[in-house]
Amino acid sequence: MPLHPVARQALLAALDDGWADPDRLYSAGRRAGQLLDAARAATAECLNVRPDEVTFTASGTAAVHAALLGGLAGRRRAGDVLVHSAIEHSAVLQAAQRHGSATRERGSARQGYGSAAQEHGKAQQGHGSAVEVGVDQLGRLDLDAWRRAVAAPGVALASLISASHEVGTVQPLAAAAQACAAAGVPLHTDAAQSIGHAPIPPGWSLLTGSARKWGGPPGVGLLVVRKGTRWLSPYPGEDLHRPRPQGALDLPAVVAAAAALRAVLREAATEAVRLSALVDRIRATVPATVPDVEVVGDPVQRLPHLVTFSCLYVDGEALLHALDRQGFAVSSGSSCTAATLRPSHVLEAMGVLSHGNVRVSLHRGTTADEVDRFLAVLPGIVADIRKAAGM
Amino acid sequence: MIVLDCLGQRCPLPVIALAKKLPTVEVGDVVRVLADDPAAGNDIRAWCRMKGQEFVAEGDNQFDVRRVS
Repeated sequence: MPLHPVARQALLAALDDGWADPDRLYSAGRRAGQLLDAARAATAECLNVRPDEVTFTASGTAAVHAALLGGLAGRRRAGDVLVHSAIEHSAVLQAAQRHGSATRERGSARQGYGSAAQEHGKAQQGHGSAVEVGVDQLGRLDLDAWRRAVAAPGVALASLISASHEVGTVQPLAAAAQACAAAGVPLHTDAAQSIGHAPIPPGWSLLTGSARKWGGPPGVGLLVVRKGTRWLSPYPGEDLHRPRPQGALDLPAVVAAAAALRAVLREAATEAVRLSALVDRIRATVPATVPDVEVVGDPVQRLPHLVTFSCLYVDGEALLHALDRQGFAVSSGSSCTAATLRPSHVLEAMGVLSHGNVRVSLHRGTTADEVDRFLAVLPGIVADIRKAAGM
Repeated sequence: MIVLDCLGQRCPLPVIALAKKLPTVEVGDVVRVLADDPAAGNDIRAWCRMKGQEFVAEGDNQFDVRRVS
């Protein structure tokens, strides 16, 4: 998503004003410290939490790793099991892999489970264990399986993405949080896709996000640890009980991230209505104009700005490049577009077609005309690729 | 048994081969697709669901599909 204009202004101002180390006592350092405090307070207000519950990190991934590994360490006496959904971001799956060996709550024979993260992390696997909870074909969490999983003995922490980053399906976070509360298990939610776009129900103990997903600059992650949540630093350092960024923060970027969040939330309700109507247009038009297409994800309980579909017999990489030549920057969950050559674990968990996959993310700069132009060129592009494949 | 050897082929090629082959066999016949692309099992299963054909079984890099219509 392009930088929000408010973030750009704040970034430029903070480059002049916030260059110093906020931990230093000279006046430029104190000024930087004030900027950091103000950014933290503004972010806390946006999220309806206390400023001292907010920590900025070097990335969304760093925030997820701190939340999970620190949340697990803090609950070591309660157990060593991490429960998570099958459709978490790879940052969560990689942390789960680091934590320990994997099993799944709902026994499905589908291949490819754990996939890249699992193969990658074997050498560093810890002694804990992780339990994966499946989703249905729309990408919705299996709540019964989740309830069973979090109520089992030895569960230290649970992690549920607020809404799928690949297909947009909003997860039943409130119900999942209730199950966790009943079992006395803290819940982490990866809210990177929701912050600034959609409401996030309460009930979580740890929340993470990424500024570039709400229109802030890259290189700023967000970690919120609610009061009363046991958290122990998984990193070397002095602050054992309080999250801290690893190394120096990019303070101008943090200031810009906080400014962007405030600006985005002011527009969020109207933008959600506008973008959701454009997503509806894509969801209705693509299956009508392109044969053999599967639009995936929940059509109603979904993020306002994200839509994913898969085209039979189409190479995802070829589709992505053809759209790029027409000026459209889209993503894909197809295996040919992944460095690991594995299909998206999210599409696999849902059991939907993984090849010919396109994910369209709309943002505040996206116009209805651009969406219409996308819808106009797509059928011809898909037809050309199929023709080349002899279909 | 009709066997389609798609070993070494990347998705969507095994699915394309299956889609071309299945209309040429009798209704009720089973086609066995040999494929080792990591997406093959998921995508052949999804293709069967979308096209109303029957996914019979899967083994080690092999997937059996019955033509039902």
